[in-house]
Amino acid sequence: MANNEVVKPIGGPPSDVEHIKLDSNYLRGALVETLSNPITGGLPEDDNRLLKFHGSYMQDDRDLRNERERQKLEPAFQFMLRVVAPGGVATPSQWLVMDDLAHKYGNGTLRLTTRQAFQMHGVLKWNLKKTIQSINDTLMTTLAACGDVNRNVMSNPNPYQSEVHAEVYEWARRLSDHLSPRTPAYHEIWLDGEKVVDSLADGAEVEPIYGPVYLPRKFKIGLAVPPSNDVDVFSQDLGLIAILEEGKLVGFNVSVGGGMGMTHGDTSTYPQLGRIIGFCRSDQIIDLAEKTVTIQRDYGNRSVRKNARFKYTIDRHGLEWFVSELHERLGWQLEAARDYHFDHNGDRYGWVKGSNGRWNLTLYVQSGRIHDLGDYKLMTGLREIAKIHTGDFRLTPNQNLIIANVTSTKKRRVVELAQQYGLTDGAQFSALRRSSMSCVALPTCGLAMAEAERYLPALLDKLELIIDEAGLRDKEIVIRMTGCPNGCARPALGEISFIGKAPGKYNMYLGAGFTGDRLNKIYKESIDEQEILDTLGPIIHRYAKERQQDEHFGDFVIRTGYVQAVTSGTNFHA
Amino acid sequence: MQLQVTNSPFNESQVELLNRLLPSLTESQQIWLSGYIAALGWSAAVATVGTELQALASPTVAGSVEVLSAAGQLSKEVTVLFGSQTGNCQRLATSLSRKLEEQGFQVTLASMNGFKPNGLKKLENLLLLVSTHGEGEPPDNARTFHEFLYSKRAPQLENLRFSVLSLGDTSYEFFCQTGKDFDQRLSELGAERLSPRVDCDLDYDEPVAEWFASVINALNGRLNAPAIAAEVVQAAEASESQETEYSRNNPFRAEVLENLNLNGRGSDRETRHLELSLEGSNLQFEPGDSLGVYPENHPELVKAIIEAMGWNPAESVPFNKKGEEGSLLDALSYHYEITVLTKPLLEQAVQLSSSNALTELLAPGKQSELKEYIQGRDLLDLIQDFSPWQVPARIFVTILRKLPARLYSIASSYRANPDEVHFTVRAVRYEAHGRERYGVCSVHCAERVPSGSTLPIYIQQNPNFKLPTNPDVPIIMIGPGTGVAPFRSFLEEREELGAEGKTWLFYGDRHFVTDFLYQTDWQRMLKDGVLSKLDVAFSRDTDEKVYVQHRILEKSRELYEWLQQGAHVYICGDEKHMAHDVHTALITVIQQEGGLSPDEATAYLETMQQELRYQRDVY
Repeated sequence: MANNEVVKPIGGPPSDVEHIKLDSNYLRGALVETLSNPITGGLPEDDNRLLKFHGSYMQDDRDLRNERERQKLEPAFQFMLRVVAPGGVATPSQWLVMDDLAHKYGNGTLRLTTRQAFQMHGVLKWNLKKTIQSINDTLMTTLAACGDVNRNVMSNPNPYQSEVHAEVYEWARRLSDHLSPRTPAYHEIWLDGEKVVDSLADGAEVEPIYGPVYLPRKFKIGLAVPPSNDVDVFSQDLGLIAILEEGKLVGFNVSVGGGMGMTHGDTSTYPQLGRIIGFCRSDQIIDLAEKTVTIQRDYGNRSVRKNARFKYTIDRHGLEWFVSELHERLGWQLEAARDYHFDHNGDRYGWVKGSNGRWNLTLYVQSGRIHDLGDYKLMTGLREIAKIHTGDFRLTPNQNLIIANVTSTKKRRVVELAQQYGLTDGAQFSALRRSSMSCVALPTCGLAMAEAERYLPALLDKLELIIDEAGLRDKEIVIRMTGCPNGCARPALGEISFIGKAPGKYNMYLGAGFTGDRLNKIYKESIDEQEILDTLGPIIHRYAKERQQDEHFGDFVIRTGYVQAVTSGTNFHA
Repeated sequence: MQLQVTNSPFNESQVELLNRLLPSLTESQQIWLSGYIAALGWSAAVATVGTELQALASPTVAGSVEVLSAAGQLSKEVTVLFGSQTGNCQRLATSLSRKLEEQGFQVTLASMNGFKPNGLKKLENLLLLVSTHGEGEPPDNARTFHEFLYSKRAPQLENLRFSVLSLGDTSYEFFCQTGKDFDQRLSELGAERLSPRVDCDLDYDEPVAEWFASVINALNGRLNAPAIAAEVVQAAEASESQETEYSRNNPFRAEVLENLNLNGRGSDRETRHLELSLEGSNLQFEPGDSLGVYPENHPELVKAIIEAMGWNPAESVPFNKKGEEGSLLDALSYHYEITVLTKPLLEQAVQLSSSNALTELLAPGKQSELKEYIQGRDLLDLIQDFSPWQVPARIFVTILRKLPARLYSIASSYRANPDEVHFTVRAVRYEAHGRERYGVCSVHCAERVPSGSTLPIYIQQNPNFKLPTNPDVPIIMIGPGTGVAPFRSFLEEREELGAEGKTWLFYGDRHFVTDFLYQTDWQRMLKDGVLSKLDVAFSRDTDEKVYVQHRILEKSRELYEWLQQGAHVYICGDEKHMAHDVHTALITVIQQEGGLSPDEATAYLETMQQELRYQRDVY
């Protein structure tokens, strides 16, 4: 329940960002002008804030920052472009477009995000428009991929239950559409759309759900299909757990108030897990999501951004208040939550035959990075597969990739291509590595305090020696690393997690639930690699010897007293 | 014996120098000197120099030269015109004028453009000093005068006596072409040569001294001209340009304070920004001036030459004609030019080679083969291509040109950064004829002068590239690539002075991300209002190549407004393409926005040039 002692009361003047949004005339700001300013490759901060709503924000190559400053050059400004893909589904032709754009305007790589979206790095300001146009031409969008709106809607890319997947994915798509901003600014700025005069329309007409200042903070929705909790449904602001009866989707359990981000050293910020408040029918979830969003729109903290997420709104007012407010807005009531069971939150790799008779290949993609690396020609291989593939691609919530809906006749060709280019289901790696996730961090992310994507593989190399010694090569342990505490790789749900504190220094957290049902807890603060290995080594060896039947690492470290179980985000710091 | 003006053919400053020099000479130096002067042997005047020197011992002879003069009937009015791009000819013309005035001549000194050509017909004595650029082009302030002489309006000039001094570089095909043009054309128009034209290579001190002596004597009606020692020219130049003793012939070893690459990672270019300390040098400069830098040859090339010839690097060889000696390694590293081949060099080399191929290459009618061979080749190629050589190093080096200083536009304001000078240099590296080639000075600056080391430098004034004296006058600066350097100086200066005039910079290079030289400086100046407008063109970022001239055309209306408001226009950078294209673009702008014919637009720009409102520093 709400713990009002750690939740700061709402109040105070609106934050700067609220002013920027209000003055932006529905996300236009001065973007047209500042995007075309040829003297700088960057944008002023105000416009960068607005650009996020359009699916992009400014970054710079931090490896070069100091060097370029000495060279009398501005930072190597470049833009990250995020492409919305509800449920992570993309067609082969969309894949080919993304691949082409990455080479033409990006840094030659693609990144599959932890929210099943595409991310492209290194796009120069002058190429943003062309890139976004091409993305739209292939029927995808960057609109609302970032910003204070509903983000990419996640859903389980389920390769087994084909019909269920199709149905759940369809709901993800509809949620995404329904909660997409309506402002014509996106078309005006990027797609040379007619300029629409808004002065006559009031906020409710332009943005019926969001209004002129949009949400206080980002909002995340995910749809899980038990027994897989790959979307980490409890990390979502609004989590929906599919309830199947006799193999058919009947509706969803509703979880509210989850979220990962926090700020180092500020205990008023914390990760939190969503709590289940009931069940509703499938056809009710659009209404449910809209009303939930409007409650957050009206009650979220618009004064202090780091306390603005929905989880704090819920914790401040209490779950009961929320449910009654929701019922009032819905005009109908949720039913009691139904039974469900989660087994895991990781991916199941390799070839799987779906219930529709088509084949699905789940590939292991380290940190979601699509590139060619020596003999491992992942990017080329996927491009070649996309050229012949008749099914779809599915980006998983664990940054992996499913080549889905492969017909029996095409399967052989896909197998050959996968082999030719060194694509892998990760079988040669430890289960630890296959259960790993990391955010982008350095050199492009402006928030990173330490390495993540570039460092995790090297750390895994060293941890695998310990794991092998302990005989745990096939034991799945969820391990996650982020460069900052904002939570992109959902680090509060790692059985072992590292959150960057400073270059080479990490806070180490232990003890999350294997199925994503319990937050982890800090075990060591600001430790370097040697301390990580020295600390983890003995715990892993002890786990190998003393674990109980089917006991997961996260449960073991709690039973054996390394950390206390966290029962709510409000006691995460306790 | 003490020389005096009355007992020698020398003027006061010469006498003073000789009196300082002569007593300090050892016997062997005296012998060397007399032989040296005798050996100069290419001007008619020189034949008698030896005797003149011998005559020093017997002062009574000196006065006899005057006997030959018909001074009474000779005009004492002399017009000295210069055509100067970097300021060398202007400085020399000033120096010559002063000497003539000392001898009682009435001198009119002007730039060629500043001289009204219809006054030509009234002149009796005309001395021209002019440099040559690019493919035999006259300098900017000689252009209209040059055109006038070749036009139908050029008058017959039977009453005119003239002489031409031309500065140039033998490594260019059209060596001293502008001087040759003037010499030939004046003669065609009926004028009579006072004394023969002298064409000077980069190391011009000695031939200039001879020409000075020759014209002064001719004007005095003397048949024989005593040479003015090169040192006299140098000393005169030094006193013209600087209070300090540091000059082209006595460079200051400036400490490198900063040496960084302005091109971001991933660029295919390397442009160095160097900051040097002038502390203790007493050197100062104005925006628009240039920095002379004496480079060192690339050690690999020096080594390869010595090895190819089988010489001993420690062998003692002359460094110059002044008798300084030192090791061959030092000579080739610091004193002689080894990266450029010239026709005169090959003509001397053929005497030292037993290669028939070289003789054939130099045969008459082989001009185009010769030209093609010289292009992009260096001394190592010559040595390798025309072996065997059986010539001692100490002889071989005497055919080499002196390693010349390189001039760079100064990129800082002295007022803004007292006791410092900044300059910008793009490293030139390319492969040719199967070998990596390096720009001598640029690669020296890029690779071998870290901060803390020193560079021998001097200040070269450039009176033809100066900010308007009125700080309220708007300025338009067009400087792609390293051509932007002097504009950093201009803007720093205007900032320091708190100038109110508007400023507009056009800049371009290949890639925005890596090649935007001094980007953050411009951004700051824009923010602070020192720079009013900045337009940029990056040629390799888009499918279609865009250059500064395209930006100029895009902004034609506003640019013309600035011109009508009296703006000064400055162009700095590449002459061959950029300056030409920008010039054409400006004419288009003037034509289009002013509703003028092409001829009128050209005339508009020419007037601007005469009013010093259109200035170029191009190379």
